[in-house]
Amino acid sequence: MRITQGTFSFLPDLSDAQIAKQIEYCLARNWAVSVEYTDDPHPRNTYWELFGTPMFDVRDAAGVMTEVNACRRTFPNHYIKLNAFDSTRGRESLRLSFIINRPPAEPGFDLVRQEGPGRTVRYTTRTYATERPEGERY
Amino acid sequence: MNARVDPMQSRDGQNAAPGGEPLDLEAAYRDSHVGEVLDNLDRELVGLAPVKGRIRDIAALLLIDKLRRAVGLSSGPPALHMSFTGNPGTGKTTVAMRMAEILHRLGYVRKGHLVAVTRDDLVGQYIGHTAPKTREVLKRAMGGVLFIDEAYYLYRPENERDYGQEAIEILLQVMENQRDDLVVILAGYRDRMETFFRSNPGMSSRVAHHIDFPDYTPEELAAIAGLMLQEMQYRLSSEADEALRQYIEKRRVQPHFANARSIRNALDRARLRQASRLFERKGGAISRQDLQTIEESDIRASRVFREQHD
Repeated sequence: MRITQGTFSFLPDLSDAQIAKQIEYCLARNWAVSVEYTDDPHPRNTYWELFGTPMFDVRDAAGVMTEVNACRRTFPNHYIKLNAFDSTRGRESLRLSFIINRPPAEPGFDLVRQEGPGRTVRYTTRTYATERPEGERY
Repeated sequence: MNARVDPMQSRDGQNAAPGGEPLDLEAAYRDSHVGEVLDNLDRELVGLAPVKGRIRDIAALLLIDKLRRAVGLSSGPPALHMSFTGNPGTGKTTVAMRMAEILHRLGYVRKGHLVAVTRDDLVGQYIGHTAPKTREVLKRAMGGVLFIDEAYYLYRPENERDYGQEAIEILLQVMENQRDDLVVILAGYRDRMETFFRSNPGMSSRVAHHIDFPDYTPEELAAIAGLMLQEMQYRLSSEADEALRQYIEKRRVQPHFANARSIRNALDRARLRQASRLFERKGGAISRQDLQTIEESDIRASRVFREQHD
C-alpha cells in the first residue's frame, strides 16, 4: 500500500529535476530545507530522524540535492522526506513537506480490533513493516 | 538535473538556421548586462590593467560560447575555475566578487553569490572531520563562486597525515563533476601558488584561467586613496594630499606593505587623528568643512614619517 503523506503524495513520484524545482521554490522564499528519514511510516509518527542539519545558508538547489543524494545512498530503502521551514515571525513552522524516497515494496497496514467491555470494539492500525526491528524493516 | 533550461536560448536555437542569418552579438552583449559590470570594474578599480584585460577576454569567450551553443555548434561546458595570484591588498577578493556577478549575468552560475573561505573552513581537526566540513562549505557555495583564500595552506607536504589532502580531493571531485553548479577561485601569493600547483597536478589541470595581480604604482595608490575618501565623504587639503603621496612612497618600501589595504588602514588612522584634533579644539564652532577635511598634520603624525627622523 502506497503511503500518502505530505504534499504531492497522490501524484507519481517526483523526478530529481522536479524535486530541484520545488527546492528552488522554497529557497526563493527563504525557507530552510531539511532532509528526514524513517522506516516507520505510521501517520502518527510525525517527527522523523533528521539527516544532517537543516540547511539555513544554502542558496541553490544543487546544495540541497547533494544532501538528498547522500541520504539516499545511506538509506536506499527508507522513506525520505524534504521539509521546508519558514522562520518568519508568527509562522515559525513547516510550509512544505513531501516524500522524495520510498522503499520498493510497501506492505501497508494491519487493522487491529480490540474487544472491550460489552460490545465495544476499538480499532487501531499498525504497519506490517514494524513487525521487524528498526533498520531491518524494508 | 536540468534545472537550468534557459527559455531564451532554446528559442534562439530554433530560429537560427545553421549557417543562416548573422547573429546579433551586440544584442546578446546588451541583454546579458555584462557591459555594466565591466564598466563598473573599470570605474571602481584603479589600475590592474592586465587583470581587467583577462576578465574582458573571459567574458567575451563565455558570450561567444553562449552564441555558439545557440546555433548548435559544439561548445563543451567551459572550464571556469580560476586562480588569482598576487600580493595582499591587490584586489583579489573584490575582483572575485565581480567575477561572480559576471558569471551570473552570463548564466554560468545560477545565483552569483560569493563564499569566501580559508583552510580553517575546509579542513577539520581530527579524522573524519574534514569531509563533512568541506561538503558543508561546498553545499553553501553551490550555484555561486567558492573563493579559497591562501589555497596553498590546504597542502602541507611536511606533514603527511595532514587532513588538507582530503579536502583537496573532495574539491577536485566536485570541481570535475559539478562544473555547472559552482566555480572555484583559488587565491594567494604567486610563488606559493606555483608550488601548490606543481605539487597538485590534478588541481593545476582543472584550473583554466590563471590571473596575476600586479602591485599598484604610487599614482594608482593615490587614486585609490582618493576613491576611498570620496566613499567615506572625506577630503584632503592640498598639503595633506602632498603628505599622503610622500607617505605612500615611504610606506611602499617598508615591510608588511599590503597595497590598498595599507592605504585603507592609513586613512582610518588619519580619520582617528582628525577626530581627536577636532575634539581638542574645544570652543569655537565646527563647520561642515572641518568635519570633512583631513589636514596635513593628521597624516604627518604617522609612524612612517616619525621613523625617518630617528
